[in-house]
Amino acid sequence: ANMKLILIFGALIGASLCLETFVGHQVLRIKTKNEEEVKQLQLLESLEHLELDFWINPSAPALPVDVRIPAASVQSVKAFLESQGIEYSILIEDLQDVLDQEKQDMDESAQRHRSSSFDFGAYHTLEDINKELDHLAAEYSFVEKIQIGESYEKRPLYVLKFSTGGSKRPAIWLDAGIHSREWVTQASALWIANKIASDYGTDASITSLLDKMDLFLLPVANPDGFVYTHTSNRMWRKTRSKIPGSICVGVDPNRNWDAGFGGPGASNKPCSDSYHGPSANSEVEVRSVVDFIKNHGNFKAFLTLHSYSQLLMYPYGYKCTRPDDYAELESLGRAAANSIRSLYGTTFQVGTICKTIYQASGGSIDWSYDNGIKYSFAFELRDTGRYGFLLPANQIIPAARETWLGLKRIMEHVRD
Amino acid sequence: ELPPSHFPAARAAAVAVGYLRYLRGGPGRGLQLREVRRARRQDIEDVGHKYYLELELEDVLDKDRTVNCTAEVLYPLGSKTSAPDVQVTVQGELRDTEEADKEFYNRIRSLEKELVAENIPDSHGNVPPELEPIHLLAGVASGYVIWQNSTENTKLHLAQVKHVKQVKRSDEDLQFDYVLLLHEMVSQ
Repeated sequence: ANMKLILIFGALIGASLCLETFVGHQVLRIKTKNEEEVKQLQLLESLEHLELDFWINPSAPALPVDVRIPAASVQSVKAFLESQGIEYSILIEDLQDVLDQEKQDMDESAQRHRSSSFDFGAYHTLEDINKELDHLAAEYSFVEKIQIGESYEKRPLYVLKFSTGGSKRPAIWLDAGIHSREWVTQASALWIANKIASDYGTDASITSLLDKMDLFLLPVANPDGFVYTHTSNRMWRKTRSKIPGSICVGVDPNRNWDAGFGGPGASNKPCSDSYHGPSANSEVEVRSVVDFIKNHGNFKAFLTLHSYSQLLMYPYGYKCTRPDDYAELESLGRAAANSIRSLYGTTFQVGTICKTIYQASGGSIDWSYDNGIKYSFAFELRDTGRYGFLLPANQIIPAARETWLGLKRIMEHVRD
Repeated sequence: ELPPSHFPAARAAAVAVGYLRYLRGGPGRGLQLREVRRARRQDIEDVGHKYYLELELEDVLDKDRTVNCTAEVLYPLGSKTSAPDVQVTVQGELRDTEEADKEFYNRIRSLEKELVAENIPDSHGNVPPELEPIHLLAGVASGYVIWQNSTENTKLHLAQVKHVKQVKRSDEDLQFDYVLLLHEMVSQ
């Protein structure tokens, strides 16, 4: 028996050439019947030039032995085993095939993972935005997607709730896209949501903020209008509600709040882009937010995003007198504008709505302020008119970044 | 004296810049407002409201440079049909665009078919580089329209070129018909 062994080992020595890949490599499972067979496998194991790779080493007769054999040695090892009457089966016919398949699987998975990774620097459809909201809620335990109502055309109004605990903690409200054509706002809201979620636990400011307060973010406040800007008219501003007695559609949702409703700066003509609607809160998109905030009862800040003009404004719009908290709001507004400017030099003008732009009644921050939410601010994001509503997508993330600094400054003040 | 950063001054500035774009803009020059440095308003009895402005502008194709100018914008009293009276004085020289203008002219002349385009910028804010001069030319046209149609209570901006069509001519001039979307800020 030993002579035979030496002869075959000799053949095996000659056949130990191998390539770098695993083409033709086989993995065998060897079933040993007794100690003698185990010893023979251990002998095989000691022949380093064969470059046998034992996945399960020979140790005891009861345990199987798995071994990877380079292509050139396969026939020789098999011949040896057969000559010794040692039983084996083929686990893997060609290892390279398996590796190729594995690589393909991994590539496909990476591809899927990459494409399911949301591109915050691009404009998205409502469907894709809603998917990303689901993704954020799934990925972070303190993020929850809630529905606060339905639009006129029955689309859900989704709010992301950021809460690390407590029960009805003091809360901050942030909305975007109430005017549907202001695309940089919905896009920025998504970036901001992701920023807050991913930085909780590492960023001291965000962490202490969410440890004390809750944040409610409505990224698409006017989903019907938003879909319309994608499908039909990129410049659509209003809701899509049918107005009895008129061929024109839609109400300006930022003239529909119960704050000086129907006053100057809003139109009573249904075809106007600033039509205030038949009555305050006639728009379900507005009423849903009002009801939610009233029922919650513990909001401390109300922040809303618009574009364009680069402005940071506080109440009032419906009247040109200063709010009681003028000094504090002006000072906080200036601080926030300085934070915004610190990043890219983008300047935001600060002031009351009426003095900064124009008198406009029925606006959201006037309503929130008059309902006890002191820190009410409206942002008008980039730019100042070169692209206006059609802000190039490559400006989304810079706009979101700088805006976030301003929002953060305000939130920190509210927290402290 | 008016706060230069607030809209009343900005409205008058928009008229002045529109007028200036009409006068001096072209396929190789796009002037836009960077900042209102100073603004004063004078109420002239029986005439109207006159705005005195110090403006800082830039050419979108040469953003590193500053173009300073002064402007006077007179909104005639009570008139809804009469365009504001505008005077603009540019300090220094504007960048020479003869090369760019010639290049544009030759490129359009060499087209096999008359140019047609729409939605500039597109929904995502993109302007294909070869259409940028067409976009700037729209700024010239809209500058005129904005000047002619502004009142003290309006602030008009060019929102988008909805459609542009080159008109075939028998002579060597270039002609483009534009359909423009203007955004009126105040009444929205």
